[in-house]
Amino acid sequence: MTPDELSEIAETERESQKRFKHRVNVCLAAGCVSCQGQGVKDALDKDISRRGWGEHCQVKGVGCMGLCAEGPLVSTGGAERMYKRVAAADAGEILDSLEGPPVSRLHCPTDIPFFQRQKKIVLENSGVIDPERIEDYIAVEGYHALIRAVTEMTPREVVEEVMKSGLRGRGGAGYPTGLKWSTVAKSFGTQKFVICNADEGDPGAFMDRSVLESDPHRVLEGMLIAAYAVGASDGYIYVRAEYPLAIKRLRAAIRQAERAGLLGASICGTRFSFKIDLRLGAGAFVCGEETALIASVEGKRGTPRARPPYPAMQGLQGQPTLINNVETFANIPPILRNGGDWYAQIGTEKSKGTKVFALAGRVQNTGLVEVPMGITLREMVFEIGGGIPDGKKFKALQTGGPSGGCLPAEALDMPVDYESLARLGSIMGSGGMIVIDESSCMVDVAKYFMDFCMTESCGKCTPCRVGTYQMHRILSSITNMTAAPQDLVMLEEFCDLLKHTSLCGLGQSAPNPVVSTLKSFAMEYRAHIEDHKCPAGVCGKASGERS
Amino acid sequence: MSPPTGAKTLKIDGRDFGARPDETILDVARENKIFIPRMCELDGLSTVGACRLCLVEVKGSNKLLPACVTQVEEGMEVTTNSERLDRYRRMIVELLFTERNHVCSVCVSNGHCELQGMAQKLGITHVRFPYRYPGEEVDASHDRFVIDHNRCILCTRCVRVCDEIEGAHTWDLMGRGVEAKVITDLNQAWGSSETCTGCGKCVHVCPTGALSEKGRSVAEMEKRRNFLPYLTLMREEHE
Repeated sequence: MTPDELSEIAETERESQKRFKHRVNVCLAAGCVSCQGQGVKDALDKDISRRGWGEHCQVKGVGCMGLCAEGPLVSTGGAERMYKRVAAADAGEILDSLEGPPVSRLHCPTDIPFFQRQKKIVLENSGVIDPERIEDYIAVEGYHALIRAVTEMTPREVVEEVMKSGLRGRGGAGYPTGLKWSTVAKSFGTQKFVICNADEGDPGAFMDRSVLESDPHRVLEGMLIAAYAVGASDGYIYVRAEYPLAIKRLRAAIRQAERAGLLGASICGTRFSFKIDLRLGAGAFVCGEETALIASVEGKRGTPRARPPYPAMQGLQGQPTLINNVETFANIPPILRNGGDWYAQIGTEKSKGTKVFALAGRVQNTGLVEVPMGITLREMVFEIGGGIPDGKKFKALQTGGPSGGCLPAEALDMPVDYESLARLGSIMGSGGMIVIDESSCMVDVAKYFMDFCMTESCGKCTPCRVGTYQMHRILSSITNMTAAPQDLVMLEEFCDLLKHTSLCGLGQSAPNPVVSTLKSFAMEYRAHIEDHKCPAGVCGKASGERS
Repeated sequence: MSPPTGAKTLKIDGRDFGARPDETILDVARENKIFIPRMCELDGLSTVGACRLCLVEVKGSNKLLPACVTQVEEGMEVTTNSERLDRYRRMIVELLFTERNHVCSVCVSNGHCELQGMAQKLGITHVRFPYRYPGEEVDASHDRFVIDHNRCILCTRCVRVCDEIEGAHTWDLMGRGVEAKVITDLNQAWGSSETCTGCGKCVHVCPTGALSEKGRSVAEMEKRRNFLPYLTLMREEHE
């Protein structure tokens, strides 16, 4: 494929789309599919062929539109008009109103903060293009950045552009992406690898799944550019088997890209060759840790090993390996297209760009949002999230999943960036954000996450394997109202032990939910232990209504 | 950058030592008779850094580093013992005791057990945390050996010696977290294992009474380890 051929495909596709007077997009990401989105699309298709509108009205299955709580979602006229909770029976009504006023019963206003406060870079094509057609991606400038990189730029220039952007790893730890790339680029090895970490396992997080389902080619393009920059010849996407739709779309995307000559041998007629294979995870959370992930890709038991050596020096098969998260790769094409400086303008001084969050829990607008770094937590919960439903009071915001912490109301005015969240005792994490209201007990929340870490511990190192068990036991005794005051002291001792002696990030960060709730909600712990009462009325024998 | 062949100098507990660049902190400490507690490491087997007892403090690093897998660096300043390290080590050994059923008085390895010895060395007189008391299996299907999972601390020495020295890879791991356990073949009875050569190396590297020879009563199971450095040395010379 040459740059001219690519432009020609883009032009042809744009022309053919212009033929349609009306466009109806139906969300076919996992959220909407699970509430019969496919049925809505089929009904629309059927109705259009019955009306004989096939020539001027196009129905397209697209990716996630964000407001997952209100699915199935349908948009018409680009994304000007959005309908929520659409049923197959509504197809006729929607088609009737294409030229008139919207169907008020289903209409979902898009001028609300949920849509207006977002800034879409990673999700720019989500809900707009058909994830199963490469032409759709090419028509919105897809693969242009790759072709420019391999034909006009040196690998070093690509790394420099990423460095300039200030992009940091979106998997959680926030390691500077450009720095990682340059380390792998400068490492010696007979072969180099690029791995995309799509083993998204945090409870309540679905950012990576959405990106893979809505815009798989963007991730492939990001990986291709990375491979060119670091000199890798083989790539793997480690995606969890629990994401069948994402896997299906990735497989289709890889096939299409190979057929188009954008993936495989001699890409764009250059000496650059790269192939991508999928590896399916078998459901172990710890395989999101890079060394455990590499072991799993190699076909071994997915357990972490001590670092250093880091994968950038010795990774897959002992060779230099670049591992980035899905969202990190998804940021690469726009950075190359618009320049690193453009990206660096967005966000805060140390945290550049945007971040995708999966907003979940006790919040009005559950769904997927992409916001510029530096937005406050309050804006996230009360403006974009639309506040707490049923007139309940906000209690805490959980970020970063089982490795993160619970932030109290006092922290709401802090900006969302890596440093601020770390200072508050939580982490950015991969982007899970769970809103907790007054009906939840914070000890119970901490116990939930400890249970998760206990069952997901691989069992290799002693502190994590047995320590999470002991911590969970103490938390259970607190929620059973059978704990003694000295148990709290012991709990804190375990927090310290696990943080400093565990082998990998899972064990090291497992105490975070406990530490953060002990810090901000110590009252609740004491009420359980001293007064044998659960203030939220959730635990044990405590009385009180429970919603 | 020094050439790869150059020796390194480092400080361990305030004393200066020279080391080869491929040596770990533990290698240097062992050579110079500095004791660093450890359970999963055994000279002659690969290192995994799993038990976390050999964590040491290294000046300039905000993390504790496992001595068994951390390679020496020029100018490194290592502290192998401190109030904090001692506290962590004692807690880790206590955790090992709570995990399964370590009842020394009825154990074949009583008096020769590394876990017991480690507890004594660290001055652990009692365990502060409640025991789990899991009902683990005992597999006595093998002609000559027994595995009692109640006494296993998941150090994986048996897995490594079988794979790396004997070359049979009969042992492996299954399950996660506290539910993890060592298995023979694909979790079949040891006696029916087709890969086991019956060499008994696993029994002798096992730090506790989890693996023992049949016919041994309480405190009668003494492990013989001298074969391991010898075999490793022979292999290295051969290579």
